[in-house]
Amino acid sequence: MAEFLPPKERRLIPRQEMPEQDPRERIRNFAEVNLGLTPELAIREAQRCLGCKNPKCVEGCPVGIRIRDFIFAIVEEKFDEAARIIKQDNSLPAICGRVCPQEEQCEKLCIVGKRDRPVAIGWLERFVADHERERGIPDPEPPARRSGRRVAVVGSGPAGLSCATDLARMGHEVVVFEALHELGGVLVYGIPEFRLPKEIVRAEIDQLRKMGVRFETNTVIGLTATVDELLGSEGFDAVFLGVGAGLPRFLGVPGENLIGIYSANEFLTRVNLMQAWREDADTPVLDVAGRDVAVFGGGNTAMDAVRTSLRLGARSAKIIYRRSEAEMPARNEEIAHAREEGVEFVLLTNPLRFDGDENGRVRSVTLQRMELGEPDDSGRRRPVPVPGSEYVEPIDLAVVAIGNSPNPLIGRTTGDIAHTRWGTIVADEKTGRTTRRGVFAGGDIVTGGATVILAMGAGRRAARAIDEFLTTGVWDDPQVAHGTG
Amino acid sequence: MHRILEARFLAPDIKLFRIEAPKIARKRRAGQFVIVRVTADGERIPLTIADGDPEAGWIALIVQGVGKTTRLLNTLEAGDAIQDVAGPLGAPSHVENFGTAVVIGGGVGTAIAWPTAVALKQAGNRVISIIGGRTRELVILEDEMRRVADEVHPTTDDGSYGFHGLVTDKLQQLLDEGRTIDFVLAIGPVPMMRAVAEVTRPHGIRTVVSLNPIMVDGTGMCGGCRVEVGGETRFACVDGPEFDAHQVDYELLALRNRAYVEFERARLEEFERRRHEGPCRLERQLEELGREDAGSATPRA
Ligand SMILES: Cc1cc2nc3c(=O)[nH]c(=O)nc-3n(C[C@H](O)[C@H](O)[C@H](O)COP(=O)(O)OP(=O)(O)OC[C@H]3O[C@@H](n4cnc5c(N)ncnc54)[C@H](O)[C@@H]3O)c2cc1C
Ligand SMILES: Cc1cc2nc3c(=O)[nH]c(=O)nc-3n(C[C@H](O)[C@H](O)[C@H](O)COP(=O)(O)OP(=O)(O)OC[C@H]3O[C@@H](n4cnc5c(N)ncnc54)[C@H](O)[C@@H]3O)c2cc1C
Ligand code: SF4
Ligand code: SF4
Ligand code: FES
Repeated sequence: MAEFLPPKERRLIPRQEMPEQDPRERIRNFAEVNLGLTPELAIREAQRCLGCKNPKCVEGCPVGIRIRDFIFAIVEEKFDEAARIIKQDNSLPAICGRVCPQEEQCEKLCIVGKRDRPVAIGWLERFVADHERERGIPDPEPPARRSGRRVAVVGSGPAGLSCATDLARMGHEVVVFEALHELGGVLVYGIPEFRLPKEIVRAEIDQLRKMGVRFETNTVIGLTATVDELLGSEGFDAVFLGVGAGLPRFLGVPGENLIGIYSANEFLTRVNLMQAWREDADTPVLDVAGRDVAVFGGGNTAMDAVRTSLRLGARSAKIIYRRSEAEMPARNEEIAHAREEGVEFVLLTNPLRFDGDENGRVRSVTLQRMELGEPDDSGRRRPVPVPGSEYVEPIDLAVVAIGNSPNPLIGRTTGDIAHTRWGTIVADEKTGRTTRRGVFAGGDIVTGGATVILAMGAGRRAARAIDEFLTTGVWDDPQVAHGTG
Repeated sequence: MHRILEARFLAPDIKLFRIEAPKIARKRRAGQFVIVRVTADGERIPLTIADGDPEAGWIALIVQGVGKTTRLLNTLEAGDAIQDVAGPLGAPSHVENFGTAVVIGGGVGTAIAWPTAVALKQAGNRVISIIGGRTRELVILEDEMRRVADEVHPTTDDGSYGFHGLVTDKLQQLLDEGRTIDFVLAIGPVPMMRAVAEVTRPHGIRTVVSLNPIMVDGTGMCGGCRVEVGGETRFACVDGPEFDAHQVDYELLALRNRAYVEFERARLEEFERRRHEGPCRLERQLEELGREDAGSATPRA
């Protein structure tokens, strides 16, 4: 067991560095960039935690992991115990440890961060989860009782998976319906292998299978079966909708439908889900090798797309973003990694039009410089065009990564479920109850594009509420602040 | 896995499959399609549901072998299985009693138009069907069409069968004869659909086409299937596949459909080469598919 150092000494330990693949190497493969902490590094990093009586970090974690306790278990080298503590609040720690925007959440509030860089909570969480997985996760305990109640979970992204996990633990029979042929939602079709190996998502899903959860892929709820049918002829007692926000937004500028302009969803789906990077894949992606690529947007999706294009051999890869770096929603780590890999950042710049050749392929984009004006609704300063600053940039491929809207499929086929004017489903924040009795919702379909951990948290809260509904049969209409517009 | 109950060629390279898909069979409506993955590492391709039986739990697909995936699919026989079938996708055809409806199918487009012809008839329309092909053996589903349509006009480009000319020539002839036409549905190659739209436009006849852009997910998630209709971007897999023929930007559709031609050609050549390298090669390939009668001991049904 490593020792607990006195606070003064703890403060002297610098934040440990994450071992990672060399940037020159890694842009030639799809293997994970971060290699993970060794036990020695993890213990050293854990020793930096001051063990606050009132840990601020926990307030920053949307699911309230007992961070101090699991970090202490690491110091004591009780890695399995650390895993047990984390899993009480987070069923997907190997995933969250990798993709949470920690600097905006737990680590933002960590007290060590006031003078130095905060404790690397995310990396420690990942270490614990990986350690457990590599040694073989113990089979989940069967639930103490079987309720005889059946719940349909629609969508297998983080919201659906975490809801299914908790419901199965509570003894309910759970069937997860997924539209695509693979399970995991954005975790498999969006976030690339070099950031989140698919094997990890598969391992989590295997755990769920062992708990008796059934999965039905290739099933599009709203079309293959409607919510009404799930609650009627299919015999489910409740439904959870975790269908995500999967409808790509486009820029709305001329020439946007030219060949070679992809939505990030399409580009990433072709490469990740359909494995277009493989020599023998049947699903192609347009040639990226030796080409000039422009990615529009500043979020995680944009970083994933631009870094994917580098790995496919792009000659140049640019992020084109209409605000400044401070406003970029992407995780800091992704921005830093992208920079190390040679991505160019063209900030305060906006596309006006695309032009193509006689084969309909995009050849150039006309760009315009922006400057920051007054703050807008989101509190960020609004970019305003600089007159006369237009210029033409030759490109071979463009990826539009400016966000997604909710998919309207469920709404079109199910009455009684109120939607907001943005197309998201109206649901009670604490319980996920929708306006339809027995139907709950959570994740991106309720919040619009957000984060993995928020989707998980919503899935778990809904699981509790579903359990309560199944036990008591009591249904209150949702408490929604912003109305049912 | 979805078992193939029946498989037979309707024309060279055009094959009909009846496959087990009870849920889809119960829900499907005319004009809808499925996304199929033939093998576990194959691509996702859209195919229209040509027919189905909700009680018996099967749907029918009619497939024209144009590239690797469709040719591979067309090597399968009854007893084999298809990896994934997702659907029914897309918006059902808008069907009402228009009066006289002309249903035009070009090549495999006839298979896509057929279920809607059935629905139009059931809705009380007088249905006139024009089904075309380059040559006699490419005119498909004539008997089936005759069962639902009040009139069937086969056409061939080379005059080897039926009316000598294009489907649009036949349509023009009907109009010139002064026949009343209240609605036209045209499905086939892009140039054909565009030509039909030009024939009906001056007459102000309501005309619908079913578009065939390249798709990936088929659920509205990727935007790869986007088409321009009336100057607006629409996703064919959820907003379509049927659209107002007079509003479609055909040029863009034709260009976008050629985005991967070189890749597709290379894949097809490789597939054909392997197929002709000898039966053991093919057998192994089929075994990988989980083909039950190819001598593999453990079918993966
Ligand atoms: C490229 C990319 C990178 C990202 N990076 C990060 C990151 O680093 N950190 C982070 O925290 N967040 C990140 N996000 C956001 C995060 O992935 C999402 O907020 C999260 O996945 C939402 O989870 P969800 O369960 O609500 O929906 P999703 O993950 O979208 O899953 C929804 C699932 O439902 C299925 N579905 C949809 N409709 C139906 C239907 N009708 N019937 C059946 N199934 C249906 C979909 O196919 C999908 O599998 C990223 C997003 C993208 C696109
Ligand atoms: C809604 C819809 C319904 C369809 N219904 C039928 C049908 O009932 N019977 C039938 O034979 N064909 C149908 N098609 C066309 C069929 O999907 C394509 O022929 C098939 O995908 C070609 O795949 P391939 O690998 O064999 O050929 P490829 O070599 O990949 O391509 C050959 C041609 O098919 C087009 N194509 C390629 N990939 C796709 C894709 N993923 N989606 C759509 N088109 C593609 C290409 O533009 C090219 O012109 C339909 C298409 C759509 C969009
Ligand atoms: S789940 Fe996310 S926010 Fe919570 S402790 Fe882990 S990394 Fe931090
Ligand atoms: S705030 Fe930082 S130092 Fe305090 S308990 Fe949390 S991780 Fe440890
Ligand atoms: S095929 Fe992906 S959105 Fe239509």
